[in-house]
Amino acid sequence: MKPTDVKDPEYFHKVVDCQYACPAHTPVPEYIRLIAAQRYTDAYMINWESNVFPGVLGRTCDRPCEPACRRSRIEEEPVAICRLKRVAADNKSNVADRLPAIPKEKNGKKIALLGGGPASLTVARDLMPLGYSIDLYDDQPAGGGFMRSQIPAFRLPEEVLNEEVNMILDMGVLTQFNTYVDSLKSILDKGYDAVFVGTGAPRGRDLDLPGRKEADDNIHIGIDWLSSVAFGHTSTVGKRVVVMGGGNTAMDCCRTARRLGGEDVKVVVRSPFDDMKASPWEKEDAMHEGIPILDNHVPQEFVVENGKLKGVVFEKVEAQYDDKGKRTLVPTGEDSVLIECDDVLMAIGQENAFPWIERDIGVEFGKWDMPVVNEVTFQSSNPKVFFGGDAAFGPENVITAVAHGHQAAISIDLFCRGESVDTRPAPGVNLVSQKMGIHEWSYDNAVEDDKRYIVPQAELKQTLSDRKLEVELGFDAQTAFREAQRCLNCDVQTVFAEDRCIECDACIDICPTDCLTFEVNDGEEEQIRQKLKMPANNLAQDLYVSEDLPTGRAMIKDENVCLHCGLCAERCPTAAWDMQKFYYSVTKAGK
Amino acid sequence: MTYQRPNFRHPNLPVNELGYTRKDYEGALSTLCAGCGHDSISAAIVQACFEMSIEPHKVAKLSGIGCSSKTPTYFLGNSHGFNSVHGRMPSVATGANLANREMIYVGVSGDGDTASIGMGQFTHAVRRNLNMMYVVENNGCYGLTKGQDSATADVGSASKKGEPNPFEPIDLASVALQLGATFVARSFSGDRAQLVPLIKAAISHRGFAFIDVISPCVTFNNNPASTKGYEHVRDHLAATGTVDFVPVKQEITTSYPEGESQEVTLHDGSVVHLQKADPELDINSRRSALRLIKDYKAKDQILTGLLFMDEDSRDLHEIIGTSNKPLRSLNESDLCPGQKVLDNLNESLR
Ligand SMILES: Cc1cc2nc3c(=O)[nH]c(=O)nc-3n(C[C@H](O)[C@H](O)[C@H](O)COP(=O)(O)OP(=O)(O)OC[C@H]3O[C@@H](n4cnc5c(N)ncnc54)[C@H](O)[C@@H]3O)c2cc1C
Ligand SMILES: Cc1ncc(C[n+]2csc(CCOP(=O)(O)OP(=O)(O)O)c2C)c(N)n1
Ligand code: SF4
Ligand code: SF4
Ligand code: SF4
Ligand SMILES: [Mg+2]
Repeated sequence: MKPTDVKDPEYFHKVVDCQYACPAHTPVPEYIRLIAAQRYTDAYMINWESNVFPGVLGRTCDRPCEPACRRSRIEEEPVAICRLKRVAADNKSNVADRLPAIPKEKNGKKIALLGGGPASLTVARDLMPLGYSIDLYDDQPAGGGFMRSQIPAFRLPEEVLNEEVNMILDMGVLTQFNTYVDSLKSILDKGYDAVFVGTGAPRGRDLDLPGRKEADDNIHIGIDWLSSVAFGHTSTVGKRVVVMGGGNTAMDCCRTARRLGGEDVKVVVRSPFDDMKASPWEKEDAMHEGIPILDNHVPQEFVVENGKLKGVVFEKVEAQYDDKGKRTLVPTGEDSVLIECDDVLMAIGQENAFPWIERDIGVEFGKWDMPVVNEVTFQSSNPKVFFGGDAAFGPENVITAVAHGHQAAISIDLFCRGESVDTRPAPGVNLVSQKMGIHEWSYDNAVEDDKRYIVPQAELKQTLSDRKLEVELGFDAQTAFREAQRCLNCDVQTVFAEDRCIECDACIDICPTDCLTFEVNDGEEEQIRQKLKMPANNLAQDLYVSEDLPTGRAMIKDENVCLHCGLCAERCPTAAWDMQKFYYSVTKAGK
Repeated sequence: MTYQRPNFRHPNLPVNELGYTRKDYEGALSTLCAGCGHDSISAAIVQACFEMSIEPHKVAKLSGIGCSSKTPTYFLGNSHGFNSVHGRMPSVATGANLANREMIYVGVSGDGDTASIGMGQFTHAVRRNLNMMYVVENNGCYGLTKGQDSATADVGSASKKGEPNPFEPIDLASVALQLGATFVARSFSGDRAQLVPLIKAAISHRGFAFIDVISPCVTFNNNPASTKGYEHVRDHLAATGTVDFVPVKQEITTSYPEGESQEVTLHDGSVVHLQKADPELDINSRRSALRLIKDYKAKDQILTGLLFMDEDSRDLHEIIGTSNKPLRSLNESDLCPGQKVLDNLNESLR
C-alpha cells in the first residue's frame, strides 16, 4: 500500500466521522467540547457558521452525523450530537455583536432568491456580508420555507425559528412575501446578476383510488394540511383519522391530528415497520402519543356512504425479498380490512414542480422533469440560474439545503466576479499539537463509559392539548455535560512521525482497541487489512500507513475504533505519536 | 488531564476456549517509563496465556524487586501474585511450588535481581529443576535505582552515565545451561513473534524453563554506546530459528523442510517446532547450546531463540517424590493414616 498522505486534508477530515457525514461539515467535536466547557455562545457560533440554523437543527435535524458517530461502533448508541447542538442554542447569550458586518456600500450586484427556505436563506447569509443586494420572493406570509409551514411547532417553536430566520433577513434582505413567482423569465427580465431557485419540493402526492373524488372533503394532502395548520387556517380534525404513509411527514401529520381533536389516530403504511422512511425517533414519539402504526397495509379504496367518507379499505400484504434484496409486497390472501374514519391525511411523498419555469429560457430539464443542475457548482444550464435545496435534486432535509446554499453562494460570487465557478476554494485546515506536559493534554482524553442520555419530554397530557407546546425539554446543563463527555474527540488526530519511532511496541501494547500494528507493507490493501493485530474489516474506515521503518515494517493504524484516548502518544518515549487537533472548515463565499 | 486506560476494547476481540478475551488477562496500567522493554514482555505474557486458554486463577506470579519485578502487576490481573524481596523470588517460588504443584508458576526477575543479589538463590532453583517459568528481563542495568551497571552489562558497554563497564558480564543463559536447566531460551522484548511461542513452550515445559529476554531500559541504557539498547540489539540479533508452538489439541498443519527443522514434544503432549537457521544447533545438547552462544558472541552477535530443551526433564517433585496432590487438599486421614500404616512403616524399617 502507498503510505498515507496526511497532508491531504480529506484524510483527517474523514476520521472525524460526524463532521464528515454532516452535509455542511459542521465541526462537531469542537462545539461539543465547548458545550462541556459551558461556552455555549462559542459553541453556537461554530454551528452558525456551518449550518446557519443551530436552534432549528438542534431540534429537527435528520442527523446524518449520528449513525456515523464512532461511538456507535464501540458501544450501542452514538453521541446525542443533535440535542447537544440545541443546548448551545438554548443557553447562548446575545450574538448580535458576533454576526458579520453588512457593508453599507453595496457591490452593485443584485441577486434574486426564489423561495424563502433554508437554502435561499443560506445564500443570503453568505452573500449579504459581501455587499450583494438581495431580493427574496416567497409565496408564504413569512420566511423559513418548510421549516415554518411543515415542521410543527411542537417540534420547533416559532420563536426559535423566527430568531434564526430574522438574523439573516435583518442583514437587509428585501423580502417579497405572499408573492408566488409564476414566471422565471419575468424575474430574469428584471436584470438580476444571478437568480437562485430555492423553491423546494412543494407538491404533495395524491392517490387516485376509487372513491377519491367523492370523499374529497375529508381527504387532505398532508403537506398542504400541515401548512394550513401552521398558518392557522385549520384548527380541527375529525375524531377518527387515518394517516397514510410511513415517512416523517406522516409522523408530523398524525401527531398534529392528535392535537387538533383526533382521538383515534392511526398511521397505516404499505411497507413493513422496519422499512418505513420515518426516523426511528419520530416513530417512537408518535407511538408514545398513543398512535398505532399498522404496517403491511396497501390502500384499495375510499368507502363513501351517503356522500360522506366512511373509511378506507386496505389489503394485507407481506414483504418478500429476492436475492438482490429487492422488495415486493405480496398479498397475504387475508380478507381486506375497512378502517373507518372521519378524515384521511395523505402523506405519501412530495414532488418537485416547476410549472412556472419557462422551457425556452436556457434552463434545461432532464429526467423526471427535473432541472439539470451541476452537483458541485449548483449552476443550471443557464449560467445565471442556480438551484439548491429540495429544488435541486428532490426532497432532502434542512441541513442538505444549507450545504447546497453555501456552495451555491460560492458559485454565485465567483460568477458575479467573472471567475470560473469550477475553481472551488480549498477548505480551511489547522493541525495543532495538544500536548501540554507529561500526562497532560489540552483536551479531556478520558473515555467515559456512560450510555446515551435521554432528552426529557413535557407531560403527554399537556403537549397533546396544546399544538404549540414543545414536546422535548432539552438537556439541562449537567446532563449536557455528561452527554458531551461521551464524545471521543475524533478531531484530535493521532499523528505519526516515522523518523522518531524506535519500534519499542509501547503504543501497540497500550492501545485499548488494538488499532496499531507493525507489519511489513508488502501487499494490496485487502491483504494488509487482514494482517493486522485485529483484522480491519470495516472498509469504510481508512488505514493510516507510515513509510517503512528501520526494521522494514510500517506502522499501520486502523482508524475504525480509535478512541482518541491519546495513550499511544502518552506511552511513546520519543513522541513519534502525537495528538493534534484538526480543525476543518468548509470555505465560504468570498473567503 | 488523564492517564487511565479506557474500558472499551475492540468490539471483535476474539475469545479463547474459556470464553475469555485478551482483556481478561490484562493487569493494571503500567507505571514503567514509556517505551520500556519490560512492558512488551508483559504484553507477550498476556498474549501467550490468552492463546493457551490458561485459567487465570491457576497462575501464580512471583517476582523480586526492580522495574522488571514490578511488572506482574501489569499482567494477569486475575491471577495470584507475590512480589517478594530483592533477589529472593526463587525461595518464595520453591516454597509455593512445593506446597501446591498444580499451579503454573511465572517468575519474573531482572538482571540485577537475578545476577547480583539473587545469584545464589537463582542457581539453586535451576539445579533443583523447579517447575516454573523464570523470565529475566535483562536490560544490563538497575533500572529502578537509576541505571547503575548490572552484572550482565557487557565489557565496554556504557549507559547514559557514559562510563564504560570494566567487568566481565555474567551470561545467565550459559549459567543456567551449566547448572542443569532443562529449558533455556533467549529472546528480545522487541521480537513478539519469537517471544510468545517461547513463553508458551516454557509454560508447558515441566521443570525449570529459563528465558533471558533482552529488554531495553529506555531511560538509562538506550544510548548508542550501550549493547542493550534497541538499536544495538536489533543490529546484532541472530536467531536459532523460528519457533512454533503447537498445543496438544491442535493438529500440526505446517510442513517443515527435512533436516532443517527439529521437533520436541513436551510433557503435556504439545510440540515445539524449531525451524533451524543454524545446522550446528542440536536442541537436545547442552554442549551445542553453550558453544553456539560463545560462537555468536565472538561474531558480536546475540543468539536468540530456543537454545536447549530436555524432553525427559524430571522436576523437583519427581526427583524427591513429594505428595502428588497439593498440600492444601490433604485431609486428616491423608496426614494421619492411622496406627496400622505406622506399624507397617516401622515394620519395613526393622
Ligand atoms: C412535514 C415535513 C416535515 C419535515 N421535517 C423535517 C425535519 O424535521 N428536519 C429536516 O431536516 N427536514 C424536514 N423536512 C424537510 C425540509 O423541510 C426540507 O428539506 C427543507 O425545508 C428544504 O429547504 P429548501 O430551502 O430547499 O426549500 P423549502 O423549505 O421547501 O422552501 C421553499 C419555499 O419556497 C416557496 N415556493 C415554492 N415555489 C414557489 C414559487 N413559485 N414562488 C414563490 N415561492 C415558492 C415554498 O412555499 C417554500 O416556502 C420536512 C418536510 C416536511 C414536508
Ligand atoms: C535488599 C535490597 N538491596 C538493594 C535494593 C535496591 N534495589 C532496588 S531495585 C535494584 C536493582 C534492580 O535491578 P534489576 O533487577 O535489573 O531490575 P530493573 O529495574 O533493571 O528491571 C536494587 C539494587 C533493594 N530494593 N533491596
Ligand atoms: S465521538 Fe464525537 S467526534 Fe467522534 S463521531 Fe461521535 S460525536 Fe463525532
Ligand atoms: S488514541 Fe492511540 S491508543 Fe488511543 S485508541 Fe487511538 S490509536 Fe489507540
Ligand atoms: S527505568 Fe528503565 S527499566 Fe525502569 S521502567 Fe524506566 S525504562 Fe524500564
Ligand atoms: Mg535490570
